Amino acid sequence: MSNNSNQNFTPPAVLSEQQVNAITQAVSGLNRDQLTWLSGYFAGMAGAPAGSAAAPAAPVGSSPTPTLTILYGSQTGNAKGLAESFQGKAETAGFTSKLVSMSDYKPRQLKNETHLVIFVSTHGEGDAPDDAIELHEFLGSKKAPKLADLKYAVLSLGDSSYEFFCQTGKDFDSRLAAQGATAIIPREDCDVDYDAQAESFADKIVASLQDELISAAPAQALASQTGSAAQPEKSAYTKKAPFTATLLEAQKITGRDSTKDIRHIEISLEDSGITYAPGDALGVWFANSEVLVDELLSLTGLAGTEEVKVADDTMILREALLNKLELTLSYPNFIKAYQAAIGSKTLAGLMEDKATLRTYMAERQIVDIVRDHPGQLSAQVLVDALRPLTPRLYSIASSQSEVEDEVHLTVAHVDYEAFGTRHQGGASGFLCERVAEGGEVRVFVEKNDNFRLPDSPDTPVIMVGPGTGIAPFRAFMQERDAQGAEGKNWLFFGNPHFTQDFLYQVEWQSYVKSGLLDKITLAFSRDQKEKVYVQHRLLEQGAQVYEWLEQGAHFYVCGDATYMAKDVEAALLSIIQEYGGKSEQDAKAYLVALRKAKRYQKDVY
Amino acid sequence: MSNEKKPFIVEGKLSDNERLKAESRHLRGTIEQDLKDDLTGGFTADNFQLIRFHGMYQQDDRDIRPERTKQKLEPLHNVMLRARLPGGIITPDQWQVIDKFAEDHTLYGSIRLTTRQTFQFHGVLKPEIKAMHQTLNKAGIDSIATAGDVNRNVLCTSNPVESSLHLEAYEWAKKISEHLLPKTRAYAEIWLDGEKVESTEDDVEPILGDNYLPRKFKTTVVIPPHNDVDVHANDLNFVAIEEGGKLIGFNVLVGGGLAMTHGDTSTYPRKADDFGFIKLQDTLAVAEGVVTTQRDWGNRVNRKNAKTKYTLERVGVDNFKAEVEKRAGVTFAESRPYTFTTRGDRFGWVEGIDGKHHLTVFIENGRILDFPNRTLKTGCLEIAKVHQGDFRLTANQNLIIAGVPADQKEVIESLAREHGLIEADTSQQMLDSMACVSLPTCPLAMAEAERYLPEAVRRMEDILTEHDLADESIIFRITGCPNGCGRAMLSEIGLVGKGPGKYNLHLGGDREGTRIPRMYRENIGEDEIFAEIDSLVGQWADERQPEEAFGDFVIRTGVVKPVVDSARDFYD
Repeated sequence: MSNNSNQNFTPPAVLSEQQVNAITQAVSGLNRDQLTWLSGYFAGMAGAPAGSAAAPAAPVGSSPTPTLTILYGSQTGNAKGLAESFQGKAETAGFTSKLVSMSDYKPRQLKNETHLVIFVSTHGEGDAPDDAIELHEFLGSKKAPKLADLKYAVLSLGDSSYEFFCQTGKDFDSRLAAQGATAIIPREDCDVDYDAQAESFADKIVASLQDELISAAPAQALASQTGSAAQPEKSAYTKKAPFTATLLEAQKITGRDSTKDIRHIEISLEDSGITYAPGDALGVWFANSEVLVDELLSLTGLAGTEEVKVADDTMILREALLNKLELTLSYPNFIKAYQAAIGSKTLAGLMEDKATLRTYMAERQIVDIVRDHPGQLSAQVLVDALRPLTPRLYSIASSQSEVEDEVHLTVAHVDYEAFGTRHQGGASGFLCERVAEGGEVRVFVEKNDNFRLPDSPDTPVIMVGPGTGIAPFRAFMQERDAQGAEGKNWLFFGNPHFTQDFLYQVEWQSYVKSGLLDKITLAFSRDQKEKVYVQHRLLEQGAQVYEWLEQGAHFYVCGDATYMAKDVEAALLSIIQEYGGKSEQDAKAYLVALRKAKRYQKDVY
Repeated sequence: MSNEKKPFIVEGKLSDNERLKAESRHLRGTIEQDLKDDLTGGFTADNFQLIRFHGMYQQDDRDIRPERTKQKLEPLHNVMLRARLPGGIITPDQWQVIDKFAEDHTLYGSIRLTTRQTFQFHGVLKPEIKAMHQTLNKAGIDSIATAGDVNRNVLCTSNPVESSLHLEAYEWAKKISEHLLPKTRAYAEIWLDGEKVESTEDDVEPILGDNYLPRKFKTTVVIPPHNDVDVHANDLNFVAIEEGGKLIGFNVLVGGGLAMTHGDTSTYPRKADDFGFIKLQDTLAVAEGVVTTQRDWGNRVNRKNAKTKYTLERVGVDNFKAEVEKRAGVTFAESRPYTFTTRGDRFGWVEGIDGKHHLTVFIENGRILDFPNRTLKTGCLEIAKVHQGDFRLTANQNLIIAGVPADQKEVIESLAREHGLIEADTSQQMLDSMACVSLPTCPLAMAEAERYLPEAVRRMEDILTEHDLADESIIFRITGCPNGCGRAMLSEIGLVGKGPGKYNLHLGGDREGTRIPRMYRENIGEDEIFAEIDSLVGQWADERQPEEAFGDFVIRTGVVKPVVDSARDFYD
C-alpha cells in the first residue's frame, strides 16, 4: 500500500502481488502532480493499440495539465448522475478530470485543487446529504484552508417547495468564496426539473475552461474513485429513456380498518435486462389523473384542445397536463406565474409572507390554488407556469436473487379528502389505482450506493424502517436469505396499529421462524395510550444496540426524514453516550466514524 | 388402585391432548411467553389449547381471512372469553363493568349471552387479555374452566317464580362449580399477576387429576317442570326434588351429550340416564364421584369417544353407577317422579312468591349490541344503573331482570321498551328458535347459524302463516357444526351445519327436549330445506291431532322413526 497516496488503494485483481510491489516501489517519493501525470500516461498506454510502442507522452518535467475535480454529494443519486454526465462532457472536451464522491474525499486535499466543480443536493430542512456532511462541515469550520488558487463552480439541487431550497449548495458556494476561491460561473440552483438547467451549466463550464484545461496529454478521464470498485453496469434504460414495464399487482397490504392505504406493487422487468441491487430505488413515470386534469380545465375555462408548446414539443393542452406537467405538488414559481397571469391581489398578498405561503402550498395541489383564486389565462401561460412532470423514486422492496425479473415496491397510496374534493398522490394514485394490473408503467433504476448491505455476509445489520421505510429491508432480507448470510439481522418497525398496519407481517414471521431475522422490535404507536415510536424502542434496547454496533453492525434507517430519521439519530447518539460511556462530542465522533465507514446509512425522504 | 386390573381403561396411544395437558405444568404451558410475543396476535403450539382451560378460545374473523392472506397479514387473531357464571346470575354493578369492557376493548363491542347461561366477549386482542381478566377479577368474575377438559360453567334453571327453591338450587350450582374447579394457581399467576408457586408440582388436582378430564364435562341443576337447561345435552344433571316448596335432594342424570362428528357413526347425541335419587348432603360427593369415574375410565386414546356418554356405553351404565356409589359412599335411591313440560323462557313480567317482580326479555341470538332502532346494549346498561335486583342469563340466551320491587317496575319497563328490549312483534316462532355463534368467529363453524337465524325464522313464520298456523310454533334450532352448541339435537326441527349454505335436516324431537331428532335429509341447501319444511308443515296442518306438536306429528305419521336408543339406532 502506498502511504503517499491519499486514496484508498486496493490492488485490483488484475495485478499480481509482485507487480503491485514493483509499482509501489517505482512511484514511491513522487509528488501528487507527478502521480497525476503518470496516471494519464498509463491511461494513454492502455489506450494504444496492442503491441505498439508506448504512446508519445508529454515530456517529463513539463508542467502538468491541471486536473478538473468533480465532487458530488448525493442522497438519491441525482447529483451523482449529473456529475457523471458532466464528466462525460469534460472528457469529450479533452479535460483531465476525476470524479469523487464527497464521502471518499479527504477534505484536507482541497488546498491542492485548482479546478473544482460541485454537484450537491439538499434534503429536509436544508440538510446536506449524508455523503456531503463531513466536507460541508469542514468547509464551514476553522479548519478550512485558504483556497486562493481554486476556481470552482457549484450546481445545487433542491425542491423549491421546501423552505431551505438548495441550502447545501448555497453553503458550499459561500464557504468556498469565503476561503478566497473564485467562481468560474455563478452557482445554479436547480429545482426538481433540473435537466435543462444542469445541461446548460455543464456547457458553460466546459466553455469557460477550454483554454485552461486542454493539454497535450492524452485526454483520459481517471476512473471514478468512489471506492466502490464494482460499479454495477449501467442499464440501457434511464430516467430519460425508461423501460415500459408491466404492472403485475398493486395489492393493499394494510388491513380493512387501517387509516393507511399501503400497497405492495409488483412490476415485471421481463426482457429489459435491467438489474438492480438491494438499496436501489425505482424511478416511476406517471400520468396525472384525468379527473384532476378535467377539473383544472373546467376551473380555468380552457378546452384542453388548445395547442401548446412544452419544452420543444407541441401538443394539445390536455395531453400536456396529463403527461408532461406537475399538478399534484405546489411550488412557489407556479404561484408567482399564476398570480401574474390572473392579477390576483389575495395571491400577491399571500406571497409576501413566506411562512404563510409555505403552509398554504403544503396543503394544496395546483388545482386547489386555482380553485381558491379563479382567473382566466391562456393555455400557454398555464403550461409555462407549471413545472415539468418528474418521476417519483421508490426504494425497491425486493432482491433479484429472490424475485428475478420482477421489482417490488411498497407504496403509500396518498388519497384523501380536502377542500371538498378527493386528492390523490400523482405517482401513488397512478400505481395504486389508475393503472390496471397488466398495464404499462415506465420505470428506470436509480442506483443508490449510499444504501448497501455490508460487503461481508457475516456483518450484523440493524435496520430501522417504520412505515413504508420497511421497503429496502425486505430487499435486504431477501438478499441475505439467498446468500445464506450468517450475519445477524435486527429489524425495527413501527406503524399505527398491529392488526392493521404490520407491513409484510407473515414474511417477518417466517424469517424469524427460519432464524434469518434474529430480532424484530415493533412499535405500534396507536395501540396504547402513549404513542410509541421506533426511537423509543431503540432506546429501550440501547444496551444491545450498542453491543451490536461494537460487534461491527451496520445501522440503516429508511423512511421519514423530517421527524423519524432525526429522532432515530438522536436516540442513537444517546445510546452511544450512555452505553459507550462517551461525552456528547465523542458520541458524535463515533457516529461520524460510523458514517464514514458506511456503517450508518440512511435512505430518507 | 394402581395394582388392580383396570378393565375399563382404554389402552393405546394417548391422544395428543393428553400429552399437552401432562406437559402443561398444571395449565401454565408457555402462555406467559406468548403474551410477550408481539410478532403474532395468536398463541403458539400447546398454548392455543391451554388457554381454553382458562376460559378462552383463540379465534379470528373468518370473513376476512382470505383478504388478510392477500394483505400478507396473519389472520385477525383474537380470543373469545367465556365467563364462569354459575346459574347465570350477575349483578348490575358487574354488568356495568362488562358493558364497559365490551365497549372499549373488544372488536365486536357486544356481550353475547350463550346457551351455557353465561356471557362471552368476542374479539379481544392479545394485549388486552390480561387487563380483561383483571377487570373481571375486580368485579368478582372469572373464567376458570369454562372450556377445555374440565367441568364447565354449571347451569341452573332460571326460575324466578319459586324464588326460594331457585335460590337453594342456585346455591348448589355455585357449590358444585367451585368444588369441581381446577386447583392450579395458573390462572391467578398468569392473568392476575398472582404470586407464583414455588414449584408447579405443588399444585395438586385431587378431583380433576394432573391430566384433567378426558374431554369437556357439563353439569346442570334443573328445577322441573322446566327443562330450560336441556338436561340431555349435559354429562351430569341434578334434578331438583322438592317437598312442600323445600329442596330435599336430587335425581342424578348422567351421560347426556349432543356432540357428534359428521361421517363418524361411533359418535352420536345421547340422552342422560337416571341413576336415582340422592339426598342434598351427598350432592358434592356424588358430583365428585361421577367426575372422577369419568376421569379414570373415560377414553383418553380417542377424543371422539372420550365423553361420559361413550364411557357409559362402553362400561355399562350399571358398572359406572356402582363405581360412583363406591367412590361417593352413597347408594342411589329410587328416582323420585318428576316431569318436564317446558323448555322456553316465560317472557314478560312474573311475580315471584317473594313478592318481587321479574322481567324476562327476549334477546335475539343472545347478542347484546346496539343495533339500529334496537339499542339493546345501551338499554341493558341503563337498566343496570337503576336496577336494585340482579340479572339472570337463561340457558335459552335470554335475559331476566330479576328482583324488581313493585315501585321500580315502571322505570325498568320503560327503559326496556325505549331500547327495544321489549318488542311487541316478536313472534312465538322467534322465541322458540335458537342458534349458536358460528361464523364469523367460531373456528369450528361449517355453516352460518347466528347470522342466518333471523332470515330462517322469517321463512318459518311465512310457512306457518301460509298454512294457517300463525299462532303455532316449532322448536327450531340451528347449529353451525355437529358439536352442538345450538342444541339442535334436542329440537323439533334441527339444522346442523355441514358446509357453506348446507345443512343436515333433523326432525322429530319433542317440545320438552326428551327426544333426539333423526336426520331426515343430508347436506341440503336452504331452499331445499324450506321446501321440505313447507311440505311437512302442510301435512301437519291437514292431519294433526288436537294440540299435536310438529315433532310428535312427524313421528306418529312415520315421516321419521323415533330415535329411542341413540347409541344403536341414531344412524338407522
